[in-house]
Amino acid sequence: MNILYDERVDGVLPKVDRGELLKQLRTALPDLEILHTTEQLKPYECDGLSAYRVVPMLVLLPEHLEQVQTILKLCHALQVPVVARGAGTGLSGGALPLEQGILLVMARFNRIIEINPEGRFARVQPGVRNLAISQAAAPYQLYYAPDPSSQIACSIGGNVAENAGGVHCLKYGLTVHNLLKVEILTADGEHLTLGSDALDAPGFDLLALFTGSEGMLGIVTEVTVKLLPKPQAARVLLASFDSVELAGRAVADIIAAGIIPGGLEMMDNLSLRAAEDFIHAGYPTDAAAMLLCELDGVEADVHEDCERVEQVLKRAGATRVRLARDEAERVRFWAGRKNAFPAVGRISPDYYCMDGTIPRRELPAVLRGIDELSTQFGLRVANVFHAGDGNMHPLILFDANQPGELERAEALGARILELCVAVGGSITGEHGVGREKINQMCAQFSSDEITLFHAVKAAFDPAGLLNPGKNIPTLHRCAEFGSMHIHQGKLPFPELERF
Amino acid sequence: MAPDHDHTAHLLEQVNQALNERGALRIQGGNSKAALGRQVTGEILDTRPHRGIVSYDPTELVLTARAGTPLDEVEAALATHGQMLPFEPPHFGPSATIGGAIACGLSGPRRPWAGSARDYVLGTRVITGHGKLLRFGGEVMKNVAGYDVSRLLAGSFGCLGLLTEVSLKVLPKPRECASLKLQMDVDQALTQLMAWGQQPMPITAACHDGGFLYLRLEGGKGSVQSACDRLGGEALCSSYWAQLREHQLPFFHSATPLWRLSVPNHCPALNIAGKQLIDWGGAQRWLLSSAADDQVRGIVAAAGGHATLYGETDTPFHPLPAALLHYHQRLKQQLDPQRIFNPGRMYAEV
Repeated sequence: MNILYDERVDGVLPKVDRGELLKQLRTALPDLEILHTTEQLKPYECDGLSAYRVVPMLVLLPEHLEQVQTILKLCHALQVPVVARGAGTGLSGGALPLEQGILLVMARFNRIIEINPEGRFARVQPGVRNLAISQAAAPYQLYYAPDPSSQIACSIGGNVAENAGGVHCLKYGLTVHNLLKVEILTADGEHLTLGSDALDAPGFDLLALFTGSEGMLGIVTEVTVKLLPKPQAARVLLASFDSVELAGRAVADIIAAGIIPGGLEMMDNLSLRAAEDFIHAGYPTDAAAMLLCELDGVEADVHEDCERVEQVLKRAGATRVRLARDEAERVRFWAGRKNAFPAVGRISPDYYCMDGTIPRRELPAVLRGIDELSTQFGLRVANVFHAGDGNMHPLILFDANQPGELERAEALGARILELCVAVGGSITGEHGVGREKINQMCAQFSSDEITLFHAVKAAFDPAGLLNPGKNIPTLHRCAEFGSMHIHQGKLPFPELERF
Repeated sequence: MAPDHDHTAHLLEQVNQALNERGALRIQGGNSKAALGRQVTGEILDTRPHRGIVSYDPTELVLTARAGTPLDEVEAALATHGQMLPFEPPHFGPSATIGGAIACGLSGPRRPWAGSARDYVLGTRVITGHGKLLRFGGEVMKNVAGYDVSRLLAGSFGCLGLLTEVSLKVLPKPRECASLKLQMDVDQALTQLMAWGQQPMPITAACHDGGFLYLRLEGGKGSVQSACDRLGGEALCSSYWAQLREHQLPFFHSATPLWRLSVPNHCPALNIAGKQLIDWGGAQRWLLSSAADDQVRGIVAAAGGHATLYGETDTPFHPLPAALLHYHQRLKQQLDPQRIFNPGRMYAEV
């Protein structure tokens, strides 16, 4: 079942008179940059999920908030669907355009408005890059904690829309845990402040609701994030294991020892070898699995924790444990992990990155399940895993030039996500649903739950103009999807051992 | 101790009856937080028979419990494995339940450093205003599928639905803990806290009562010891923090109206008639004052914060801007169209 917008199951979109819209936009906003020729529009046809492309009707590049407000009011009046886009690095097609809608690009709002070291916050425009915040805060020995792998390019507005994570989530939380306030414009152009400059705000926690809402409830126009003091010390241990199971158990042992590492990552043999070939990080290419465990904080504690973790790892059956000798080696260990996706991209013409979460105890069973599915579909799968918080990133290797391989990769990906749901996990830990996982939403949620999501949407955007077709499937889509898959009432993967 | 019991069917029945009879429900656990929020007229829906820890796996750092489970019981189960609820929820009495703690969304002294009640919510089961039992979020740390309904329900005082079960992230207790008090005036204390906030200090609670700054240091042996050496001062009994959290310090023994002021953490001392106790390293201030509501709220709002009035009042929570109130009403209308759940508990219009 194709994931591109399908009016038959996703709902009829309003018919927009492109010429009339262009005329009205030019009249109302003579200074607004509007892209409308095919050559201009083409670069915006996809986000980080490049397998899916749709050329938008128009691309708007506002530079002033008043322009955004006018655009939204005009689109509301003319019933024009609006898809917002930040840096376009999202991996689930959340910013995939619509033929019958405008693409509202917020990338030009790239000003850091205020870094306040006393208050430990940064107030920034939505197009500011994630890493740029930490760089601006660095002179004060402060930083912004969430660090998605795309942090060099992704923008904070998109981070809010997706509730972006990163490799330090277990200890420092997701985007939602690191926000104080967002300014938004609603579907009809009304301005709201969610959250506050204090640690909480009166009323319902709309900031929490808005974070991760994928551009469905409003457009982010300003973000105030918390800044943290930089940890005094950070050290990384690299442990090799003969089996993925042993590595998984070692993760549980570290937690049981009362230690919350700053980062705790696992890579299987295929992914660590790919990373080693690419980055030369010094990874143990003969290991079945490796763990990277970063301990950060005050120097004396980090030293003590390193010793404890080393003992735990050895007791858990690690064949070798190495402490990064110096900062250069620590950075190299991380570079391998952070470049795991492009590294896998070098050993396969194409790869498809999944993003499921599972309770950690299910890891061995899920990896066995993935292995079986991999054989069944005839495609290799490399596993990269935020082991501390149960977020898996299986990378499915395929060749789009081979007829049918993309479809097979998608089908395999869908089965992996359903496997995650079956063991009590989620179809997405940090990449979002977007358009990519719209069908799998039907596997994770019942029709009543999906109906409630639509009710939330209706409270903010009753006309359904913001990012139509993303995040929450229609019941119609689920009915069609459900007829193709067995779920609810009968667990998929009955052969799986459950414990 | 009452036995564990899944009372969901009965709760669903009670909600559906209220829907059929067009009545209203006053959701109640231990009723320990009745002093916060507006009076609700409605039939009492008691969550306490729906109790028991459903699952707890210390190595997963996740605990799931039915709403009526006593908070004491949850904390005791965690303590057995050296773990805790990092947001230190106030109990305000032995009857407090985990459902009530999350519905009220209150957090204790560790909040600025560890996060709030809603930060630790991973998933919920909820009976909706359409009489359905639904599940949102789950027992995994990261989950961005669909809207974050679970965290929306945290702190919503039961106005958007009936929480029947919550899954929470938990953490290991710190290995070392030391508390101390330092003599200094309020301006000095706030300046000092602002400076320490920018350094990697193992502070996890900070309170100032006008004459002394009280600090809690937690972490590994090395960091706690070196911070103690650096700060000096007098040792303090760690029970101070529970007394602060539970409003049992002498400061709270007063007939004067109690306000909670939530302000930016670098907010200077606020000049309001009455007595103040600074908590959360500056971000939360307790105020005993007979000053007019408008006056208190005006001063706090000008400082970038908001004020909550405890006790019997028609306007306990800071008034919302009109546009924001409108979206609260729309959300209430969508999720609880018949207004059966705690109508008016937060705001008369919601």
